[in-house]
Amino acid sequence: MLRLLRRRLLQGVPLILGVIIMNFLLIQAAPGSFLDVMSAESQVSDPAMLEQLRVTYGMDQPVWLQLVKYIWSVARLDFGFSYRQNMPVLDVILASLPATLVLMLASLLIALLLGVTAGVVAAVKVNTIWDNLLSFLAVLFFAAPSFWLGIMLTVLFAVKLGWVPVGGMMSITASNQGIVATVLDVLHHLALPAMALGLFYAAVYARVMRAAMLEVLSLDFIRTARAKGLGRWRVVLAHGLRNALLPIVTLFGLQFGTVLGGSIVVETVFSWPGLGSLMLDSVSSRNYPVVLGVLVFSSIVVILVNIAVDLAYLRLDPRIRAR
Amino acid sequence: MAVATPGLFRRFARNRAALLGLVILVAVIALALAAPTLYPRNPLRIVGPAELWPLQDPRFPLGTDSIGRNIAAIIAHGARATLLIGLFASLTATLIGVTIGSVAAWFGGWVDELLMRFTEMFQVVPGLVFVLTIVSILGGTVQNITIAVGVVSWTGIARLTRAEFLTLRDREFVQACRAMGMPDWRIVLAEVLPNALPPVIVLSSLAVASAILFESAVSFLGLGDPQVASWGRLVGEGRTLIRSSWYISAVPGVAIMLMVLALNLIGDGLNDALNPKLRNR
Repeated sequence: MLRLLRRRLLQGVPLILGVIIMNFLLIQAAPGSFLDVMSAESQVSDPAMLEQLRVTYGMDQPVWLQLVKYIWSVARLDFGFSYRQNMPVLDVILASLPATLVLMLASLLIALLLGVTAGVVAAVKVNTIWDNLLSFLAVLFFAAPSFWLGIMLTVLFAVKLGWVPVGGMMSITASNQGIVATVLDVLHHLALPAMALGLFYAAVYARVMRAAMLEVLSLDFIRTARAKGLGRWRVVLAHGLRNALLPIVTLFGLQFGTVLGGSIVVETVFSWPGLGSLMLDSVSSRNYPVVLGVLVFSSIVVILVNIAVDLAYLRLDPRIRAR
Repeated sequence: MAVATPGLFRRFARNRAALLGLVILVAVIALALAAPTLYPRNPLRIVGPAELWPLQDPRFPLGTDSIGRNIAAIIAHGARATLLIGLFASLTATLIGVTIGSVAAWFGGWVDELLMRFTEMFQVVPGLVFVLTIVSILGGTVQNITIAVGVVSWTGIARLTRAEFLTLRDREFVQACRAMGMPDWRIVLAEVLPNALPPVIVLSSLAVASAILFESAVSFLGLGDPQVASWGRLVGEGRTLIRSSWYISAVPGVAIMLMVLALNLIGDGLNDALNPKLRNR
């Protein structure tokens, strides 16, 4: 297990390096330099001061040296400085990360619960009205853009029914209510964004789960379990589900990046104060250091999650361990 | 070409849902083609009272938006932008993916290794984050969005092309071509590629759907070209009025959903028709 971890981590290094180089090329491709934007933002127009900034950011040096320096600074987790927030980019990103992680986890939880349940029911009741209904819903949610779904959920549950707040992460009064009340308050705000983001993945999981279940349920060991006289649901849940879950684990790793992207859009719908809101704010204010920082940072997170998924696979599937 | 066998449509049409998808797609294409005739003037100009609900005035069957523009006109003209961006982004992705996948598989060795690492790199970069980065640095023109979406959508196509090429590369008909002294490029283009394409076409059609979702997200965030009528941007513009006029967001969203739904169904149908072996997957 440790050997695999080390090998996978080593394989990740060139990937990260590639992403960093791509990032650097993007900076070079930008029309007008960083400095133009930066000086415009901070309203510096004195030529001497601009020259000093150029030297500070190493822009008077040859491109290859800039690249080496850039790689070296990212390797030390230095993503640059955000003049807008007046903080290092890493600190800006880390400040927004928890909110995004909470949203992503809640969405994936919803997706897992709904998707796996729907997939199992559809597979067990294959070609019945239940199967058709669930498959229809899956196709529908698979096609609905998350931002639109978010708005429609808001119209129904926040505006018309008034069950949940329209946006934000917690009420203004929440901070002086004690921990339990605060958590409940956040969950209250979380419900709609998590649904908006999660329903798409629920649809994906339902489709994959149905197919995997159908395949597993036709295998010999299921027939054996039935022949032993085990109850129908016992067979399905204890023997079928366990084996059909593996593709879901793979999907989880593969889709982590797209969930992150989806979170950007959903966060802006619900004014959720996470990486997405940060990204949008930085894109519209041309705050390149943060934009590129989010790009590198999120790529690294995706690589790490995929390594974690590989390790989880090792635990879940003894057949791989035997190899 | 091997792909266009006479039974193709029959096999495709056996999948009822795919047929429904095709009907929706044809309707949207017709709408896009008819847009300049139906609404010859700029769809983004103000033509009536603001926030008029659908079905209230026969001139504005889908109502008007927050400043009195005709939603039906925006939907019709938006169909053009949506279809073109989806199509060209998918073409870009297919071109990159097929090229990289086939070169990697055909040459093997370190070329394969290098190109596959390159593919992995694009797999770990979150697609939307990349598209937004490009848009922020190079600007949100239709071309930039199209190319950026294409650039984040090719990895699956490359891997599939590579896998298909690897199984075809050593088949007897390819060996026969070699023995005949056919040059490599002709074997690849005329013999191997047409046989590798059917599953790739399925992925490409699904890439159109995901490209449309990407584009609508970028427009929704207000980062697209403000001069082009867009479904996604209309959803975004209606957002502030959900208390009084939620239909402004609802209508274009339904359009996006139907379009993506249709393309997904068509993809499934093509999969059934082109890859009969994989039918029961």
